[in-house]
Amino acid sequence: MQDAATTISAREAPGHSPGRAASRLRSIWRNIFPFIVVGVLWEIVAVSGIFPARLFPTIETVAGTFFALTANGILPHHAIETLIRLLSGFALAGVFGVTIGILMGRSRLAEDIFLPLVSICAPIPGLAYTPLFLLWFGLGSFSSILLVGFVSAFPIIFNSWTGVKAVKEIWVRSAHSMGADDRRMFTHVILPGALPYILTGLRLGLAQAWRVLVAVEMLAAVPWGLGWLIFGARKFLNTDAMLAGIVVIALIGLLLEKLVFQKIENYTVVRWGMVAA
Amino acid sequence: MTDTIITSTPKTGASKGSASMSDQSKSRRSLWRAAVVLIIAACCYEAAARSGYFAPALMPKLSLVAQTFVAMLLDGTMIEHSVFTLYRVMFGFLLAVLVGLPIGILMARFAAVEGFFLPLVSALMPIPSFALVPLFMLWFGIGNLTTILIVFYAATFPMMFNTWSGVRSVNPLWLRAAGAMGADENALFWKVIIPGASPFIITGLRQAFLRAWIAVVGAEMIAASDWGLGWVIFDAKEFLNTDVMLAALVVIGGIGFVFEKMVFGSLEKATIQRWGMSRVAKG
Repeated sequence: MQDAATTISAREAPGHSPGRAASRLRSIWRNIFPFIVVGVLWEIVAVSGIFPARLFPTIETVAGTFFALTANGILPHHAIETLIRLLSGFALAGVFGVTIGILMGRSRLAEDIFLPLVSICAPIPGLAYTPLFLLWFGLGSFSSILLVGFVSAFPIIFNSWTGVKAVKEIWVRSAHSMGADDRRMFTHVILPGALPYILTGLRLGLAQAWRVLVAVEMLAAVPWGLGWLIFGARKFLNTDAMLAGIVVIALIGLLLEKLVFQKIENYTVVRWGMVAA
Repeated sequence: MTDTIITSTPKTGASKGSASMSDQSKSRRSLWRAAVVLIIAACCYEAAARSGYFAPALMPKLSLVAQTFVAMLLDGTMIEHSVFTLYRVMFGFLLAVLVGLPIGILMARFAAVEGFFLPLVSALMPIPSFALVPLFMLWFGIGNLTTILIVFYAATFPMMFNTWSGVRSVNPLWLRAAGAMGADENALFWKVIIPGASPFIITGLRQAFLRAWIAVVGAEMIAASDWGLGWVIFDAKEFLNTDVMLAALVVIGGIGFVFEKMVFGSLEKATIQRWGMSRVAKG
């Protein structure tokens, strides 16, 4: 009965143990161990021949394909095209989403205008719009960027709106009584106050953009892109290329999460003490 | 790992309207304005559709969309599509709950389980479920199995993650208090840990369903098989049946809305909000 309590307190402890290097090595090993287990299981299944090797390649084959495709520049090209689409779509969503969200939070009129439209469009899964966008804006990069922007704008709008509304009334009033004008009020009170929410919205939006983009690339017949790589490889039964593509997608997703957003959060809201790290 | 604050609508907010108005008349005015905005939006769409500037096949009139919608409801095709989609989403969602919930609890209770699963989960989570669709199509063929597995993949992680953080965040004081009052393992688990973690678990259910709903539409588009709301949209594109697409879009939005607001929203209201435990979960 005690162990739940002890696991919680034990979690804070590691790092203080005497052998720093040894404990770091152990934690690296602990993180790698599950992957080794899964890798060995995969290898056993692949080598045993239960499934045809074309459909279930060994890890060496996948790794070989991965390096071959990276070396001849195909994989990086796909990845860069995908990233460009992701960033342009996300930039669109960020600019429009934050603007609309803040407007909705600040003015009752804007709220009344946008809220019904947003709440009708938001619950429809982003991918369901894909065929419509393809018909309206044609196949290719343009409609995929537009769709990614459209879909990822919703979490950004919702969170910015909530954030502006969640700014403590007392901060607003005290800034007022200390003689802040509208502009200072906005840049010094409302914006920093709403920032944790806005960042959360951007983070959710980026995650959503990433998920939708991979699928859209499969459907929108773009010439380059990781989604297309996976989808195209299926036609030729290149399971190894598909798995290599999936690995790249996982890596990019992980990097976006760990490097981009956790860093931004640490630099801003955590440092200001607005959320626990 | 993304915090979810999406659904928490601000209740006390900056009221910018004239202070003399009562809350009720203000909300009535908001409702009125919402109706006006929707009517204006519909009129704009209708005007664009009738102007002839866009091809009518691409931008059908609202009346035509409504007609198609009613016709498809009446001859049962729309209902059959919805039933297939709902079957897939429910099956996958239930599987995800059956797997995600126990693993989440075990992860929080036993450090060994956590040490094993956490790295795997953090590596698998950033892979969008759609990236696996082509692979699963090769492995499991086109049809129900692939779609259900994709839904399962999409819904498991939010379920697992929320359960994990829920059980972990149970106040240690409660555990010690219950222990001091002589609760055994069993009682501690059912009477303290599960109720304490339930806000997170419910949030997890809600997020898992949302993910599942998104995944099912996408999976049906790509791994298509004759029935399903995602499939009907994609199929209609091939024949330029924009009215069918829009009608299916309405149904998808409607079902998603019903589940999100009515089922999970009221579940949340009946439990978390009544217990005053509303919290921001990670997932």
